[in-house]
Amino acid sequence: MARITFLEAIMQAQQEEMQRDDKVFIMGEDVRCNVFGTTTGFVDAFGAERVRDTPISENGFIGAAGGAAMVGMRPIVDATISSFLFPAMDQICSIIAKSRYIYGGQAKLPLVIRSCLFYGNSNAAQHSDRPYSMFMNMPGLKIIAPSCASDMKGLLKAAVRSDDPVLSFEDSTCWMAKDEVPEGEHIIPLGKGDIKREGSDVTIIGVAGGVNVALKAAKALEQEGISAEVIDPRTLVPLDRELILQSVRKTGRAICVDPAHMTCSAASEISATIVENAFDALRAPVLRVTTPDTHLPFSPHIEKPLYPSVERIVDAARKVVGTKQTQPA
Amino acid sequence: MTTTGENDPRLEKYRRMQRIRQFEAKAEKIHADGEIPGALHTYAGMEASGVGACMALRDDDYMVGNHRSHGHPIAKGAKLRPLMAELLGKKTGVCSGKGGSMHLSDFSMGSLGETSIVGSGGPVTAGAALGAKLQGLDRVALCFFGDGASSEGAIHEGMNLAAVWSLPAIFVCENNRFGMSTPTSDAVAGENVADRAHGYGIPGVIVDGQDVDAVEAAVREAVDRARAGKGPTLIETKTYRYGDHAVNMGRELTPRGPEHDDWVKRDPITIYRQRLIEAGVTEADLDAIDKTIADEVADALQFARDSEYPVFEEAFDDVFVDRVPIPAEVQAHA
Repeated sequence: MARITFLEAIMQAQQEEMQRDDKVFIMGEDVRCNVFGTTTGFVDAFGAERVRDTPISENGFIGAAGGAAMVGMRPIVDATISSFLFPAMDQICSIIAKSRYIYGGQAKLPLVIRSCLFYGNSNAAQHSDRPYSMFMNMPGLKIIAPSCASDMKGLLKAAVRSDDPVLSFEDSTCWMAKDEVPEGEHIIPLGKGDIKREGSDVTIIGVAGGVNVALKAAKALEQEGISAEVIDPRTLVPLDRELILQSVRKTGRAICVDPAHMTCSAASEISATIVENAFDALRAPVLRVTTPDTHLPFSPHIEKPLYPSVERIVDAARKVVGTKQTQPA
Repeated sequence: MTTTGENDPRLEKYRRMQRIRQFEAKAEKIHADGEIPGALHTYAGMEASGVGACMALRDDDYMVGNHRSHGHPIAKGAKLRPLMAELLGKKTGVCSGKGGSMHLSDFSMGSLGETSIVGSGGPVTAGAALGAKLQGLDRVALCFFGDGASSEGAIHEGMNLAAVWSLPAIFVCENNRFGMSTPTSDAVAGENVADRAHGYGIPGVIVDGQDVDAVEAAVREAVDRARAGKGPTLIETKTYRYGDHAVNMGRELTPRGPEHDDWVKRDPITIYRQRLIEAGVTEADLDAIDKTIADEVADALQFARDSEYPVFEEAFDDVFVDRVPIPAEVQAHA
């Protein structure tokens, strides 16, 4: 075990997969200059052909990753900030998500599109998106959104090895957090969630950095005698619905914490899954703690309160536990 | 040339153009009869563009096309049975019944898709060329797109990427004079799409799209250049589509001007047939080819008609490598 940061985990995963398989290469905006520290020393180690700086042309180079994947390569695209996926919606949704299907299985697109969730630091609305739920509505894209270094490394390695296209959403609020990461071959299968903390009164399902806020809230709730279980789906597509349902059937209460905007968020999908499948186990309404449906302002004074916070989660937990219903005789 | 044997490339060009023409004539007829669902975008009039370009490619070279997808795979040498079966939505179709008329794409022939989002093949082509280069393969990737697609950012991004990385790519703009109902002159700034090559620092070539030999020569030069590591070329084939944007739509959307008759007089198959006869090929030989192709088309249609439709569960295949879950309530009503 070694203690490394989330960003180091990304770096190690890329490094190990590029060493293992010469079909893996990285391209994106300014990857050679190593903006965020995920490609340290890569040009020297792998050469400029496999570590490619692209024009500022997201639709072009993300689509090109699709084309390269179709002819046998395994590209990792560094699209930097997730807001920059929007110019590439055409290639992501019409080519990358659909080619395997439209052509009846003839096309194979093993590629990873990495981007970060760059919110909470006064970057204003166009640089602060958390758009994973928009892509959850598009079949054909697997989606990972890890909350800690260990999961980040294991999931990114699995994503690179997957024969399906994977979008990796990397929460910048997790970047500098250190975590114990197993040495050597550390792979976490896509679609497998994790219980980050066991509890019995309420299940808090966190998404991406929302997991860490939920864990802090769980500690605070412990002081009040409320035992919270924290679930991290880790992968949003496919979603580990069974793990979530098992936990909710045990606790009878659920709160979904998601830094995305509320409407049609991952939290919405998780809530619907719970209500549809575990209604009989519920002892209170399922609540969402999300970012409200307004844009993100520049001024920190009004930006910060918009995201899920420990206080909002604690309030939500008090509400669902406080409304504990008497079981019918 | 006096040879008229099976491997005579001149006859192969004729054969592929005829194959497209007859395949589509049959498809248009059975579409009118209601046997083919959805829209049918025909390639008639443009056969020399596709066949000329593909004759300059090797079997293992890559090709990306568009929604007007019937001509490209046949031009590249694909067999007709899976193509016709696809038009009828059958399981034996080249895309297992998932693609249909806008997506006739035979990956075994180097195709990487025929995409119905106009212009979206540009980045894919650049990426396939990059993939070939990174793997040390001396393959090229060719992108067919229309004059309409030339206004899409994706085409620009694909060409810029291919040029800046000196990739083995060829961009063939099939300028058929209309983007759906809109004349090219109302939609495309500048006289020629090929002139835009100058902005990328790559060759831009204009070629008579009704002359299969001229298209082949232009593309061959571009392919040689690409294979030699000298980067992409933009070629504009000036051609003409006979049919409406899609056929059997009830009313004609394409505004035909007086030049329509001139274009039909310059039919690519008629021009090439005449050239072959002048070169010593007999009418009888060409008629025999026409007859053989009519038989191939009839065989393909019979095969398609005899084939099964996909079963409902297959709608859930190939979203991912593994089948996605089938909701029980949907299954119950399927």
